[in-house]
Amino acid sequence: MTQITGNNDMSLLPENSTPDRSFFFIENVSRRFGGLIAVNAVTFSINRGEIFGLIGPNGAGKTTLFNMVTGLQPLSQGAISLQGQRLDRLEPYQIARKGVARTFQNIRLFGNLSVLENVLIGSHRLDEESFLRGFFPHAQHRQKKMKNIEAAHDLLDLLGLAGKKNEMAKQLSYGDQRKLEIARALALKPEFLLLDEPAAGMNPSEKKSLADLLRKIRDHFQLTLFLIEHHVPLMMSLCDRIAVLNFGQLIAVGNPADVRTNPAVVEAYLGKEERS
Amino acid sequence: MPAFFNDNGFLILLMVQQALLALSLYLPLTAGQLSLATPGFYALGGYVAAVFSTRIFPPSEGLLSINILLFEMFVAGVLCAIAAVFVGVPALRLRGVYFSLATIAFVEVLRVVSLNLEITGGAVGIFAIPQVFETQLGYLWVLFPLLCVVCGILFFVENLRPGRALRAIREDELAAGAMGINVLAYKSATFIWGAVLAGVVGAVSAHLLNTWNSRQGTFDASVNCLAYVLIGGSYHLLGPVVGGAILSVLPELLKELQDFRLFINGLLLVLAALFLPQGMIGRAFLKRAK
Repeated sequence: MTQITGNNDMSLLPENSTPDRSFFFIENVSRRFGGLIAVNAVTFSINRGEIFGLIGPNGAGKTTLFNMVTGLQPLSQGAISLQGQRLDRLEPYQIARKGVARTFQNIRLFGNLSVLENVLIGSHRLDEESFLRGFFPHAQHRQKKMKNIEAAHDLLDLLGLAGKKNEMAKQLSYGDQRKLEIARALALKPEFLLLDEPAAGMNPSEKKSLADLLRKIRDHFQLTLFLIEHHVPLMMSLCDRIAVLNFGQLIAVGNPADVRTNPAVVEAYLGKEERS
Repeated sequence: MPAFFNDNGFLILLMVQQALLALSLYLPLTAGQLSLATPGFYALGGYVAAVFSTRIFPPSEGLLSINILLFEMFVAGVLCAIAAVFVGVPALRLRGVYFSLATIAFVEVLRVVSLNLEITGGAVGIFAIPQVFETQLGYLWVLFPLLCVVCGILFFVENLRPGRALRAIREDELAAGAMGINVLAYKSATFIWGAVLAGVVGAVSAHLLNTWNSRQGTFDASVNCLAYVLIGGSYHLLGPVVGGAILSVLPELLKELQDFRLFINGLLLVLAALFLPQGMIGRAFLKRAK
C-alpha cells in the first residue's frame, strides 16, 4: 500500500500563498483510480478576482481536479471550499447553484438546441424557484422570461455570437463552440468560472483575442477565473498566478515569472539537465 | 355517423388507448431515458381494477358505478407511483441501455409474479370484470378526455422552464448538471408520471377488455410501445400520439390480407425507420408547421 504523502516542499511555494480561506480553497485533495493516483494531496488557494492558471503535462491530473471541484468525480481525500462553504460531497447541480460554472475540454454543448437556447439553459439557476413551481406559470413569469432572453442576447453580443443565435449549436465552428460554452457558463451568473482548455483548437489570433476577452469578462462580471491551458505563453501573459501539476503532484504555485524559472517546472516540461 | 362509431368503436378506443401508452413511454424519453416499463405499470393498474371490481366492490347487478372506476384509476395511479419510486431510484442510477434493461427486467418480474399469485388468478387471470358502460364505446368518455388532458399538460410543460431543462438533460446529462439542473429530480419525475399514466390506462383497459391476465404486460408490449414512439416521432408530443394511433390500427386495417398483413406491417416499419429516422413528427415536420 502506497502511503500518500503530500508535497511538503514549501520552499517551492512563494511566501504570499498562505491559504486564504476567504474565496476558494483546495486542501490536501487526492483522487485515486485503483492503484493510480491521479491527484495527490494537492493544496492551494485562489483569491477573489484572480485569474488563476493550472498547467502541467498531459495526464498530470488537471481535468480530474476540475471534475472534483465541480462535483463530477468524488474526492478520495481532502476538502474543497468556496467562501468557507464545503463543495465536496455536493451534487454537480448544487455546486453550480453556488455560483461555480465551468466549460468542458471536450465541448459538451446541447448540440441540437439553438445557440440562444443553450445560453437560456444557463439562466435556469437564476430563477431560483422550486422544482414544482416551474410547472406553473405565474404573474412575473413573462417578465422574468423576457429579462432572461435579454441577458442571453447581451452575453451572445459580448462573445460575438449574436448573429448566430438561431443556429444549432453543433453547426458552429470549433472556436465558436468554445465561445458558446463560455457564454452558457456565464449565463449561470457565476462568481467562480472554470475553463478547461478554452484556447484548444483556436488559431493564434483567436488565442490573443481570447486573452483579452477573458480579462474583459473577469472585470465586467467581477469573476474569479480558474483555467487549464496547454498554451504556456498565453497563460504567462494572462494569469495572475499559476499552479503546476505533474503526475498528480503540485510542484509549484506562484506568479508567472517565478513559475517559469522554477527548476522543478523546467524539469517537468523539459527533463532533467545532464550533469557529468 | 353513429353507425361508423358503432362499427369501428373498438378500433377508435384502441387508437386512443395505445396513444396514451405511447405517451407514457414518451414521458421518460423527454429526459432522455428509454424506459420499457410501461406495460409493467399498465398490467399493474389493470390488476388493481380487476381485483377491486371482482372482489372488493363487485356490483350486485348490472353496471359498475363510474365513481368506482375513477376510484380504481386513482388507486392504480398511486400504486404505480409507489412502484415507480422503488424501481426508479435504483434503476435511474444506471445510464443508457442499462437503464432500459432494468426496466425490461421489471416488466418480466411483474409478469412472472402475476402468473404465480393467487389474487391475480394465476395463468388464467381474472375474467368477467364488470362493465362500467353499456357499450364499449362508452369508455371513450374516460379515455379521450384523459388523452386531451395529458396532451394539454405535456404541451404546457414542454413550453415552460421544465421543458427546456428536459431538453438539456436529453442532449447532455453531465452538462445539464453543471448548468444547475437537478438531473435526477427531472428523470425521476418523468419516470414516475409515465408510470402513473400507464397504470391509470391499465385500470380502464381491464374493464374495457373484460378480462385481465399476465399477457397484458409482456416484453412484446414494450416493443410495441417503443415502435409507436420511434415511428411517430420522439421530439414532440404529437409523435407518440400519431404513432400509437396509426400502428395500433394498422394490423386491423390489413386484416383482409390475412397472413400477408404481418409482412406489410413489418415492411412499413422498416420503411419508416429508413426514410423517417426522426419519426413521422420529426424536426423537418415541426419546422414546416411553424
